[in-house]
Formats: sequence, C-alpha cells, structure tokens
Amino acid sequence: MKSDSTIKSLDPRITRADIPKDENLSINITPLDQWQTYEVFHQAKKGDHHIHVGSLHAPNPEMAFLSAKEQYARRGKCVNIWVVKTADIFTTDFEDEDMYETNNEKMYREAGGYKVMERINKYKKEHKKNPEEAKQ
Amino acid sequence: MYGGGYIYEDTNTNNQNDASVNDAAKLEAFEARIAAGEKIEPSDWMPADYRKQLIRMIEQHAHSEIIGALPEGTWITRAPGFKRKLALMAKVQDEVGHAQLLYSAAETLGKPREDMINDLISGKSKYSNVFNYPAETWADTAVIAWLIDAGAIINQVANSKGSYGPYCRALERICTEESFHLKYGHDNVVFLATGTPTQRAMVQDALNRWWKPIMHFFGPSDKISVHNTIMMRWKLKMASNDDMRQKFLDMYVPKIWDLGLTIPDPELRLDEATGKWNYTEPDWEEFKRVINGDGPCNKERLAVRKMAEERGEWVRKALMKQEERYITPLA
Repeated sequence: MKSDSTIKSLDPRITRADIPKDENLSINITPLDQWQTYEVFHQAKKGDHHIHVGSLHAPNPEMAFLSAKEQYARRGKCVNIWVVKTADIFTTDFEDEDMYETNNEKMYREAGGYKVMERINKYKKEHKKNPEEAKQ
Repeated sequence: MYGGGYIYEDTNTNNQNDASVNDAAKLEAFEARIAAGEKIEPSDWMPADYRKQLIRMIEQHAHSEIIGALPEGTWITRAPGFKRKLALMAKVQDEVGHAQLLYSAAETLGKPREDMINDLISGKSKYSNVFNYPAETWADTAVIAWLIDAGAIINQVANSKGSYGPYCRALERICTEESFHLKYGHDNVVFLATGTPTQRAMVQDALNRWWKPIMHFFGPSDKISVHNTIMMRWKLKMASNDDMRQKFLDMYVPKIWDLGLTIPDPELRLDEATGKWNYTEPDWEEFKRVINGDGPCNKERLAVRKMAEERGEWVRKALMKQEERYITPLA
C-alpha cells in the first residue's frame, strides 16, 4: 500500500519506486562521483583510420567500452572501437598552433617544389634544329 | 529534444579568463575568428561571458534531454504494440545519450558534471519548460515526439552552425539521430488522426494540451528576451526566438491542418501580406512561473532525477573498485 508521502505518477514505474515527496530538493554529489573521462575512437570500416568521435565517463576501460558501444556505435556501421583515458592523451594547445606554420614553406618536401618542365622546355628550345638548316 | 527559451542566470563557471576579459586585442581577434566562421575550441582564449553563456546554454540543453526522457518514458510500459514499444525505448535511449554528449561538451568549458547534476536537482540550473507538463495519454507522446522534436530540430540545426566546436559536433550527431524521432512521431500522430473517432479525439486532445507548451518552447518573445545581440554576434544563438517560432509554424501548421486537426488558437493565421504568422501571444508570465518551479510536474521530475542519482550511487561506487579483479580459474 502506497502512503500519501510518496509520489503518484502517470508512470507506474515511478509510483512503484516509492519516491518521497521532498519539498526541498537538493543533492551533493562530490568530485569523481561520475568517474573519470575517456576518449572514444571509432572505426567505421576495416582498413580505415580510427576517428575520434567524443568522450564519456567511466570507472575503468571495460565500462568505457560498454558505454562507447551504446553511445557512439548504436547506429550505423562500426567494426572497432578504441577507448583511451583522457588523462593519457598528450596534446598541443591551439594557442601553439604557430609551431606548424612553416609546414607549407618547405617546398623542397613537396612534389610541387620541383619544376622540371621549365628546364626541359628551355633545353629543347636551345637544341632544336632549325628545320631550314636541316634541309641543307 | 531541446529547449530554446533560455533564462539568464549565474553559473559556476571556471573563470580562468576573468583577468583578461577586458583584453581588447584578444576580444577583437576572438570576434574576428567567429565572424570568419571559425570554430572556437576548449583551449582557445574566450571572454569569460562567452564561457558563462555557453555553459548555461549547453547545460540547460543537457538537462532538457535527460528530463525530457521522463514524460515520454511514462508510456513505455503501456505502448500500444511491441513495435511502438521498441521504437519508444530507442527514442528515450537516444535522449539520454544526447544528454551524455551535451554534458561532455559543457564539461570542456570547466564545469564538472557533478556540479551540473547538483545544480539541476537544486533548481539552480533550468531545463526546457515543456517537460514540466504531463504526458496524460499515449497520444501526448505522439505529439511530443512529432512537434517538440520538430521544434528541437529547428533549434539544433541552427545552433549546429554556431561558434563553439564541441557543442556543434554534439549537435550534428544529435540532429542525425533525431530525424528518426520526427518520423516516428509523425507516424504515430497520423495513425491516430486517420483512425477511429476515439483515436482522433485522443490526438486532438493531446494537441490541445500541448499547443501552449509548444508555443512556449522557443522561448520568450524577442520583445522581452534579453542578451540576444551579443549571443548572436558570438554565434551562440543563430536565430531569434520569434524567428524560430515562425519557422516552426511555417513548416508544421499546414501539416497539422492537413490531418483535419485544429489548433487551439483563434488568432492563428498566415498574414499573406507579411508572410508571417499571427498568433495569440503566449503567456510569458506562466512560462516564467513554470520554469521557476511552479509547474504541474517540476517536483516529480526533479525528485525522480534525485532518486536515480541516490539509488545508483552504490553501483557507481562499487564499479570504482578496480583492485578487485576477476581471475580465470586454473582448473
């Protein structure tokens, strides 16, 4: 028998849970109650790279995997998942992105940095026999 | 799903940028990046107020997803038929998953998830007002899944073009999943509207009950809404509340009328001259009263959330014991 001090809901599961009617709701969960975070990498097709798709909270890698499967692989194709503790990822700050700035300046590392056709054409032009001279 | 009508309030922000908030050069560079369509990432410099507004927005959105699962979940046990039960469970699971994505996006700004949950239950943080109303019948869940999710998608598609990288990425994933919610909801409404007189009456009643919350959904009228200018310059908000409401009416009123259903607003009509919808101005005093705790279901929603956190605590604690490991028997 339900007492008047518990919540009567349109949802029978909530009524059955015997939740006290509490006028002053508050809760104080403390740091790490919701565990540490993991980063999730998802592979859609064998042979593809794993791609970062988001993060989640978990107490250990096994639980992180279970949540990752529910959270990031419950739709569409997935063949494999990696989970990595966020704390274990070392990353650069966007503020330091100037460290990559010279990447496109080093043309000697690019195919486009080598322009052989100019030289070939110049060579051909210089050494090409004049058709009139050839007849004589 | 999602609430567009934000109520401005203080949040427990990580104010690491407070000292530099008046840094004009940084602010100018920041605004130039946004104007150029770049995304802001968690480790980038940002004004303290941008951080604060974002936390408030994303946190409210996350709370809306998790609380929104409650009115719809009401009918899982009594869904008419196995297929509808499976679909409703999948939808509710999606909503809870969306909350996880959004909490993570808000956490990148420096507010721990524990603080967000504490603030939800104490009433310090808000969630979408619509979920403070009850889903009285199965038809209510159909109307919610169709029209509230439709409103949510309009909001979220707009905001996914916003300026904060983690929020945009979460919204893109959410929008993809919600396209099923919309079709599922429409299917349910159409089934009832084209069914027996009893079924038609049921869905009409539900629409009558939900029209007011739906009109409230996009938030207070632009005439009384605060903080829009800076929110829009910083691409936190991509369209005004009234513009989104108009877009929703444009897209869905004809579909509702198509089914021979009526909308409980005698003023509702398209002004051919302006192309805008006329409607009775929603009662914004009621909106404020309900969002501040005095709605039909506020107490129940929060009490259920509190119960879930409290009764799940021992499970969370038990799982943290990593030193206890299962060893395969040798023989």
